[in-house]
Amino acid sequence: MPSLIDLIQEGRKVEQHGPWPRAVVDASAWRFAAGELAQGNWSLLGLWGEPATVHMAILDARTADVAVVSLDCPDRAFPSVGRQHPPALRLERTVNDLFGLAAEGLPDTRPWLDHVRWGVRFPLGDRIDALPKATPYRFLPAEGDGLHQIAVGPVHAGIIEPGHFRFTASGETVVRLEQRLGYVHKGIEGLMTGAGYERAVQLAGRVSGDSTVAYSYAFSRAVEAALQLTVPDRAVWLRALLAELERLANHLGDIGAVCNDASFTLMHAHCSVLRESVLRASNSAFGHRLLRDIIVPGGVSRDIDEQGPETIQATLDNIRLRFPDLIELYDNTASLQDRTVDTGMLKPAMAQQYAAGGYVGRAAGRSFDARRTLAYAPYDSLRFEVPVLNEGDVNARVWIRIREVEQSLSLIDQILERLPDGPLGTHAGHIREAREGMAIVEGFRGDVLVWLRLRDGRIERCHLRDPSWFQWPLLEAVIENNIVADFPLCNKSFNCSYSGQDL
Amino acid sequence: MRKLLFESLFRRPFTETAPSPDDAALSELAAAVGRAARRRLGRSLSIREVDAGSCNGCELEIHALNNAYYDVERFGLRFVASPRHADVLMVTGPVTKNMREALERTYHATPNPKWVVAVGDCARDGGCFAGSYAIVGGVAEVIPVDLHIPGCPPNPMTMLQGLLALLERVDAVAS
Ligand code: SF4
Repeated sequence: MPSLIDLIQEGRKVEQHGPWPRAVVDASAWRFAAGELAQGNWSLLGLWGEPATVHMAILDARTADVAVVSLDCPDRAFPSVGRQHPPALRLERTVNDLFGLAAEGLPDTRPWLDHVRWGVRFPLGDRIDALPKATPYRFLPAEGDGLHQIAVGPVHAGIIEPGHFRFTASGETVVRLEQRLGYVHKGIEGLMTGAGYERAVQLAGRVSGDSTVAYSYAFSRAVEAALQLTVPDRAVWLRALLAELERLANHLGDIGAVCNDASFTLMHAHCSVLRESVLRASNSAFGHRLLRDIIVPGGVSRDIDEQGPETIQATLDNIRLRFPDLIELYDNTASLQDRTVDTGMLKPAMAQQYAAGGYVGRAAGRSFDARRTLAYAPYDSLRFEVPVLNEGDVNARVWIRIREVEQSLSLIDQILERLPDGPLGTHAGHIREAREGMAIVEGFRGDVLVWLRLRDGRIERCHLRDPSWFQWPLLEAVIENNIVADFPLCNKSFNCSYSGQDL
Repeated sequence: MRKLLFESLFRRPFTETAPSPDDAALSELAAAVGRAARRRLGRSLSIREVDAGSCNGCELEIHALNNAYYDVERFGLRFVASPRHADVLMVTGPVTKNMREALERTYHATPNPKWVVAVGDCARDGGCFAGSYAIVGGVAEVIPVDLHIPGCPPNPMTMLQGLLALLERVDAVAS
C-alpha cells in the first residue's frame, strides 16, 4: 500500500505551506487518491475549491500523516471523488455552487448551499448572473405502498437553527430522511477574501457560535503555521484552557438536552445549571460568557483575570460535587435508557468511512481526537484519555460526552496548575509573498479544519471546514428504521451545526 | 432520583432577582404597543424564536433564559413552538437570502397584535456579515422591528431586561 508521502512526492510540492505538505498533482494521482479513500486506506478531511483549483485534505490514520493534494482545473472540471467516496459528495456540490467547478461523474449534481436566491451564481468564482428563477428542489424519490412524507422546517418548533428535513415514513417508521441545508449560508469565505487578520479572526469566531473558541483557535494556528510564528507559552496554555471550558459548557448543555428530548426534564434542569456556572466563570475570568474574540493570530488578546483561576476552580469543584449524581440518575432511569439505548445506531464502518469526528465517531469505534492523534501543544504534555465506545447509539454518544466532561475537568486542573508566566502574544507581521497554512483543532463537536493562503498581511483564500460536514449524512443513515418520535433524540445526540456547515 | 428531588426541595433556589427594564429599550417601545394589546395579552407574552441566519451564539443565550437562574416563565414569558401561538417574534441573525422567505412567512403566520424583537448585533444591520452576497442585512429590512437588543450575543440579563421593558410597556399603555 503506498503511503500518503508517496502520493505527495509524485506531485509538485508547494513551498511555503505548513505544517503539513501540499502538492499539485495530475488527474490520475487525484483519481488514485479518491480510490484509496474509497477503499478505506485514508480518510477525507476536507475538499474545497478556488477559482481554478480544487484541494483535498487527507489523513493517513495509521501514521497520523496529513497532506493536501491539489488539482488545477482550467477547464472548470475535475474528476469526482464523491462518485467513489460518498463523504465528498456534499463538498463537491458546494465547490460547484461557490466556484462553478464541476465534479465529473458526481451522481448528485443538485445545488447544495445555493438556493438560487443570492442574485449571483458562483459567487467566489467567475460570478455570473443568477438563474431567472428558483427551480423547486428535487427531493430524492421514495415510493412504495403506504409511504407518506413529513416535511419539517426550515423553521422548527424549538429554539434551533434552520434546516429542512424530509422524512419518508411507513406508519411510525422512518424509511428515509433527506436533509436540505444552506439556509444560514452567510458567505463567510467570501467575506474572508481580502480581509486583514483582525477582521478575519472575528469572522472565524462567528462560523458556529458554540465553537467560537475552536474556530478562532484553528484559524489563528493556521495563520501562525503560514507565517511560522512561535506563540508564547502562556498563550498556548490559555488557549487550551479556553478550549476545555468551551467543551465543558457544551457537553453539559448537550447531556441535559438529549435527556430533555426524551422528556426527562429533570436532567435538563440540572445540567443547564452546571452549564450556566461554566459560562459565568468564563465571563468573570475572560470577560465573555462564550469566550469570543479572545484567541487571535499570534496569541490571545486578553489575559485571564486575577481572580480567574480561583473562580474556575470553584466552578470545577461544584461540578465535581454535583455531576456524579446526575450520571447516576442518567444510568439508573429505566424510562430514559429505554429511549437512548439501541436508538439511532451508527455502524463503526460508516463512522470510519465518513471519518466522523467528535463524540459521533468516538461513540462508534473511531478513536480519532486531534488533541491526541495530532498532539498539538500543550496537549502533547497533558494527561488525558480519549474515551471510545463501539455501540454507536444515542446512549453511547451521551456516555462519550460524560467521559469527556470528566477529562476536561482534569485537563483544566492541569492547565491551571502549570499555567506559565510570560507575554500573551507575538505580532503577526505582514509578509509580502504568499504563505499557506493549515490547522486542525479538536472542537467539542469534532475536528475543525482551517486552510488559508496569506499575502501581504491579508487573507487571499480561507476555507473553514466544520466537523458537521461528515456527521450530517450519518444522521440521515442512523434514523432509518427508527420511529419518527425518536428523531429529536438522534438529532440532539449528534448536535450537528447548521451555521458551521452552511458557513 | 428521589435523593435529587429531595435535595432540591431544601436547596436555595438558583433564580435571581429580576433586572429593572432598561430605559433605552423602554423608549424604543413607546410607540409600539396599544391599549387593545393589553386586553388581549394579559400579563404574559408568548415568544416564537426565529433564527434567520444566526451563528447560533444568540440561540445559546436565548436558551439560557430558560435555565433556573433566569427562569423567564416566572414573568409570564414563554417560548412557544408555533408562530400561530406567538405575540412576539424574537429574530436573530443577519437575515440570509436563503431564509428571507421563511422569515416573512413566519411573520405573516403570527396573529396581530404582534411585536418583533431583533436580538444581537447581526440582527440590527448584518453585523460583521454586512456586505456579503448571501445576506439581506438587518431584520428590519424584511419585517418591521419594535425592539433591538444589542450584543454578540447579548447576555441573558440584557435580553431579560429588554423583554421586561416590552411587557411593562404593554401594561403601562393599557392602564
Ligand atoms: S450577534 Fe453575534 S452571536 Fe448573535 S448571531 Fe450575530 S455573530 Fe452570532
